[in-house]
Amino acid sequence: MAEPLFEVTDLHLSLPDLNAKPLFGPAPRIEILRGISLAIARGEVLGIVGGSGSGKSTLGRAMLRLLEPTAGRIRFEGADITHLPEAALRPLRARMQLIFQDPMSSLNPRRRVAGLIGGPLRLQGFDRVEDRVARALDHVGLPRAFAARYPHELSGGQRQRIGIARAIALEPDFILADEIVSGLDVSSQAQVLNLLAGLVRDLGLTLAFISHDLAVIRRLCARVIVLQAGRIVEEAPTDRLFAAPQAAYTRELLDAIPLPDPDQPWG
Amino acid sequence: MADARLARRDVGLRLRLAGGWLAVLAAVALLAPWIAPHDPLAQDLMLGRLPPFWLDGAEPGYWLGTDSLGRDVLSRMIWGARIALFVALVAGVLTCVIGATLGLVAGYFRGWPDMIVSRLVDIWMAFPPVLFSILLVAVIGPGLLAIILAIVVIDWTRFARVIRAEAMTQGAMDYVASARVAGRGRASTLWAEILPNVLPTIVVLLTLEMGIAVIVEAILSFVNLSISTDDPTWGGMIAEGRTSIHQAWWVLVFPLTALFLTVLAFSQLGEGLKDRFDPVLR
Amino acid sequence: MSFLELRNLSVRLKGSGVPLLRGVSLSVEAGQAHGLVGESGAGKSMIGKAVLGILPRAVEVTGGEILLDGTDLLTLPPAERRRRIGATAALIPQDPLTALNPSRRVGPQITDRLVDILGWTRAAAQARARDLLAEVQISEPDRVMRAYPHELSGGMRQRVLIASAFAAEPKLIVADEPTTALDVTVQKQILRLIAQMQARHGTALLFVTHDLGVVSKVCTSLSVLFAGKVVEETPVGDFFAGPRHPYSAALLAATPRHTAPERALIPVPEAVLAAVRAEVEGSRG
Repeated sequence: MAEPLFEVTDLHLSLPDLNAKPLFGPAPRIEILRGISLAIARGEVLGIVGGSGSGKSTLGRAMLRLLEPTAGRIRFEGADITHLPEAALRPLRARMQLIFQDPMSSLNPRRRVAGLIGGPLRLQGFDRVEDRVARALDHVGLPRAFAARYPHELSGGQRQRIGIARAIALEPDFILADEIVSGLDVSSQAQVLNLLAGLVRDLGLTLAFISHDLAVIRRLCARVIVLQAGRIVEEAPTDRLFAAPQAAYTRELLDAIPLPDPDQPWG
Repeated sequence: MADARLARRDVGLRLRLAGGWLAVLAAVALLAPWIAPHDPLAQDLMLGRLPPFWLDGAEPGYWLGTDSLGRDVLSRMIWGARIALFVALVAGVLTCVIGATLGLVAGYFRGWPDMIVSRLVDIWMAFPPVLFSILLVAVIGPGLLAIILAIVVIDWTRFARVIRAEAMTQGAMDYVASARVAGRGRASTLWAEILPNVLPTIVVLLTLEMGIAVIVEAILSFVNLSISTDDPTWGGMIAEGRTSIHQAWWVLVFPLTALFLTVLAFSQLGEGLKDRFDPVLR
Repeated sequence: MSFLELRNLSVRLKGSGVPLLRGVSLSVEAGQAHGLVGESGAGKSMIGKAVLGILPRAVEVTGGEILLDGTDLLTLPPAERRRRIGATAALIPQDPLTALNPSRRVGPQITDRLVDILGWTRAAAQARARDLLAEVQISEPDRVMRAYPHELSGGMRQRVLIASAFAAEPKLIVADEPTTALDVTVQKQILRLIAQMQARHGTALLFVTHDLGVVSKVCTSLSVLFAGKVVEETPVGDFFAGPRHPYSAALLAATPRHTAPERALIPVPEAVLAAVRAEVEGSRG
């Protein structure tokens, strides 16, 4: 295998537990990531699944250096970025993008779509910004006239597509999608999933797809990592994970999914 | 939706009434030397306690009557508006700039800037404000400068506290994280992403603060700590009118009404502007 | 005759007159579980709220009947309506975090209703609460009754709310997306618990959800809503064997299944949406 695009080695992250802070002295720390190692190859779509509190979102944000890891190493294209200062990180920022769970909170309510997609492009010194915004809107199947709209004038599914357009407009090497369909109705969810599958195919995106929903992971990802309480409990190609889950937790997750089928043995 | 439109029409009316009153007041204050019918300081004991024009015994030219020293109430109110609005504007804006800046920095950067600002606010708020301002006026000496300083020094904490909380809330939103993912620097994120979202709150606080400044100026005038007692201020007039409430109620009631309407107008202006600033409601 | 029957219920936004429910008719048999499914904005929660008499202030009922055990709630005077609903129905809310008062212990929050409305003695109410907590599989009922809500996990809180809903032996329970905020493994436990309790107590259940998978596990019949109108009311078995209405079929086709990755995921086609919109808006509410 060629050198992985992203490589994470023994990543630990803990946060101070302010609820348990004694009157004097430092607050005790909660371990959120307890030694995560993973690699993502260029062009790969990796699923990261787990329940709430498993640390899946924290892992994603630590990889993009939005949260400071307490120990371990993060490499991007072989270069150690674990403790790279913000200024040195800036040129790399455009190359790794994040699509958020809640499109309402991740889109600044005071900007129009043109600014939301075009702002990061200008910041990173791209030329022909308006062209690129228009093309990004084409890619996600929204009319170009949407550039003049505010986020609150869009439906949930449309907002999430703006989030995707903003990420792909920068032509990044890596995209992290954090629970991006969990707030959507099934019909918009199906649209966004199909859209993302198409973009992966057409643009050759490298994608880490975080979700609590195995059904969604299965549609999109080639390989899956199952997280529980800050540790990887299983890592397998998607087909094998669903056909023969090894970890007890994976089996529990799979068994708990209610299929739209009254005959499914579920009790 | 018709519901929302109805609500917006009310807001528009409120905004227009409040703005209209303040505009009239501002015009009157600017044009005071030309439109005041009399010299606000001119005393004429022969014309003491004249009633307003619609009552028996009124003297033509003294529309709202005179006080016990025979000074024209209307003229004094017009010159008083000048002082009131000047204090409101200068003290309000200064308080806002200082308090909001500290609040934004503390709320967004957290860490040691927050520690310093928050401790400072805590300590500051432990001082009783009225005593503090009286002390300040006593040290600097009475005058407009002292009033403005007193307001700024006491009230910046109001802005700092509210704006800090608001900046924290906004700072935790994903759009701020997404600005960082896009490679925007910290200061630029504060300026371009957070400030526009905190602006409505700042505007509301600013207009409220202007109303408060008008009241504080009146209170300090009332307790004789403002500029010299001869100078026409609403607070001074109210203080004076209080002593002769049974003989000449108009000396008290007219400036009091002006004060009330002005403070109300400022707060209503804030509410109305907040809605105008909100792209979701606009 | 059905225990709960809605006839042509219409609800709209006050002032603007925007219709939220356009002549909804459906029935829930005594002791049976009926699902209300639809996408956000379809009005499924609004139906639950109308039945429990907790519609938001900005909303008004413009017509129709809500027959609870044979009596039309809408014709009763408000005090009598509240009394009747309080004695017959209960709610399992969506968000277990905000549904419990954070500054009060859990125990009194369960017993209040029994003591204040039904006139039980405090001791009897406490004994009942303890039994119910044990019944929802909480291992240390006494400890939980003394706990504050923040000391309990999300799943625990939802169990407490289920116990609280069943406390006064209601004949009807409205469950409004009760597991949406929970992890899938906890969701399974809670759904099974609701189904067990419902069967054991013979309670009718009106189950609001956006998840067709969840409906297929809990309910015996269901109504599909679109823009405030029921487009299909049918037994669960028939529905999953083959929905009659094209919109229902499209919803089912848009739901991902991890067991069938080769099956194409088809978003609800625009043509189907346009047709169902025309159908719903064209009909008289």
